[in-house]
Amino acid sequence: MENDKKDMNDNILVVNNLKKYYPVSRLSFGTKAFVKAVDDVSLSIKRGTTMGLVGESGCGKTTIGRTILRLHEVTGGQVLFDGIDLAKIPTRKLRKMRPQMQMIFQDPYSSLSPRLPIGEIIGEAVRDHKIVPKSEYRQYIVKVMKDCGLQPQYFYRYPHEFSGGQRQRISIARAVALKPRFIICDEPVSALDVSIQSQIINLMMDLQEQFGYTYLFISHDLSVVEHISDTIGVMYLGSMVETGDKKLVFSNPMHPYTKALLSAVPVSDPDIKMNRIILKGDIPSPVNPPSGCKFRTRCQSCMKICSEKVPVLKEYEKGHSVACHLYSEN
Amino acid sequence: MGMMKIFKRKKIQGIDDTHYLTLKEEIRISKENNKIIRQFERRKARRNVDESEYLTQMRDPSNVVEFDELHTYFYTEVGTVKAVNGVSFDIPEGKIIGVVGESGCGKSVTSLSLMQLVQAPQGQIVSGSIRYKASDGKCYDVTKMPTSEMLKIRGKDIAMIFQEPMTSLNPVFRIGEQMDEVVLLHDSSATPESARKRSIEMLNLVGIAMADKVYSSYPHELSGGMRQRVMIAMALSCDPRLIIADEPTTALDVTIQAQILDLLRSVMNRINGSIMLITHDLGVIAEMADEVVVMYAGRIIEKGSVREIFHNPRHPYTIGLMKSKPGKATQGERLYSIKGQVPNPINMPDHCYFYNRCDHRMEICSKAYPEMLQFSPTHFSSCYLYDENKVGDTKNVKESE
Repeated sequence: MENDKKDMNDNILVVNNLKKYYPVSRLSFGTKAFVKAVDDVSLSIKRGTTMGLVGESGCGKTTIGRTILRLHEVTGGQVLFDGIDLAKIPTRKLRKMRPQMQMIFQDPYSSLSPRLPIGEIIGEAVRDHKIVPKSEYRQYIVKVMKDCGLQPQYFYRYPHEFSGGQRQRISIARAVALKPRFIICDEPVSALDVSIQSQIINLMMDLQEQFGYTYLFISHDLSVVEHISDTIGVMYLGSMVETGDKKLVFSNPMHPYTKALLSAVPVSDPDIKMNRIILKGDIPSPVNPPSGCKFRTRCQSCMKICSEKVPVLKEYEKGHSVACHLYSEN
Repeated sequence: MGMMKIFKRKKIQGIDDTHYLTLKEEIRISKENNKIIRQFERRKARRNVDESEYLTQMRDPSNVVEFDELHTYFYTEVGTVKAVNGVSFDIPEGKIIGVVGESGCGKSVTSLSLMQLVQAPQGQIVSGSIRYKASDGKCYDVTKMPTSEMLKIRGKDIAMIFQEPMTSLNPVFRIGEQMDEVVLLHDSSATPESARKRSIEMLNLVGIAMADKVYSSYPHELSGGMRQRVMIAMALSCDPRLIIADEPTTALDVTIQAQILDLLRSVMNRINGSIMLITHDLGVIAEMADEVVVMYAGRIIEKGSVREIFHNPRHPYTIGLMKSKPGKATQGERLYSIKGQVPNPINMPDHCYFYNRCDHRMEICSKAYPEMLQFSPTHFSSCYLYDENKVGDTKNVKESE
């Protein structure tokens, strides 16, 4: 832990101009079209902190997570994990690094193999990567299970015997068992009920305190992100539109999209009537995004320049950057 | 599956309530249950049922629907699941009733019982009644109504919006065809032209910009928000008196959710109908509902006006739900969490269903199921904590609030 505090200023992960394009076939010859799922995104995460990534479905937040771990090949840009560019290193070396970065998936019903008992689901990779000596293997798995709130008796049970919350605990145990330093959580609580959701969030925060994990927390639920993260990134159609310290972003949202997003969250108090900004229309197609600022088709304060020039992410106060022409004039 | 269960498996005490049955037991249970199911089905299949059999009186004429001690069970091969176990509440005219609860608490089954859409033959309304006041002033008991009569109400006077708009629209028909069908079916004077006009009018009403284009497109060509709008347009096309919205925004993003909720509210004001809004999102309830019903494991544990429920929740489960929601107030702290899980629906205990998860449990809680207590003309809750005749240890709860 002391070591972690010393390196607090160090970024464990730096992503520079990450691009991920998917080719789509077009009927006419010669023209190649791409879905720009992630388009020129940069972010950095400090050791032992949590970054929340929010945005609507189809904005590329899941793709970012998967591209960082190189579950999808990178189209362009850098992913520096502890200074090593994951986008470039050969797969054999990447495989050696895999235990250090793990992922927790959204759907606990489809991300666990129905044919393996729990002990094997958690332990398979531990054995493969030789995380602990063979003699300690069994004890180690039981310890990890206990850490994650699973009873040791479950060792020989199968995923179908568990409820959604328990399965998500198994997914967490599987990630944690490899002694990772960085965990990408892709909507880990979206499929769970409120009462179970709070159990899982508490578990994740406890584990972070205990072992000093760094999380990239991807979610569309803003209240969960507000609770768990230290910094926030807001994405729209493959681009980062606003990023910064959680408190700054939530108390003073600058980008019109962030404002609309925050105002759209229902408040559980019948007496508070939110001054709601209701966005018109849907997200445009990522194959054919609007020119200039991608948000301009739904933006209430759209100007002439917005259709001409792409806004760049710029820092307007310390630890708070926005990509919007509204603020670039002054 | 059957083969697997031949091997007798040990029940591990105290870990969870998962029951393993031997094949013999399973066969016995399914035989018994099949007998019960057959009786119910025979009753339903009767023809020329006299109207007097399902005509009743409303308790309060200002209600559209009254649920009265509704019991809906599912007879499965491993036992009887009491999905709805004695639910009573009213839906007044022009009001939005929110039904909250976790998955599996019976909130959807309650609404499906009202539509007579419970998965038969396993699912059966066992007892209780659902009184519905039709527009001509007659009152029907939906539980006793023959299917042929129900067809006249379902989709016309009571319309339903489902959670997942992709699976509830037919992928092989154009939007227009599906919408026209509703109008043509329920309005005997409608012609194909007038139905088309009506459908496009409805699409315009729900804020779809190019109604003509959407009318002739297929469901897969539309986004999630658009599909949900189409569902709402379809539900509205026969001027319903009650709309059942079963998790209408759960599959949608927050910004689209705000659009849809806004639309539902404005549409309801226009037609002066009622909405039964089923959701697990307390935020949506706080924003939309006039009255709230909180369900847990097939029973109503608390009901009241939206202010009573949110400002002065009584039942430990409701209090726990409110506290476990992350947000501004909870930043960085540990969240409150209700420990444990919902009991196994096949073997429900005799005592309070929340007993094993409750922070305030007392000795009496392990005895009979608590009765509904009244706190104000509209606020009810079933918990021994507030029962002064019993051990009234109310201090405990006030502290936790």
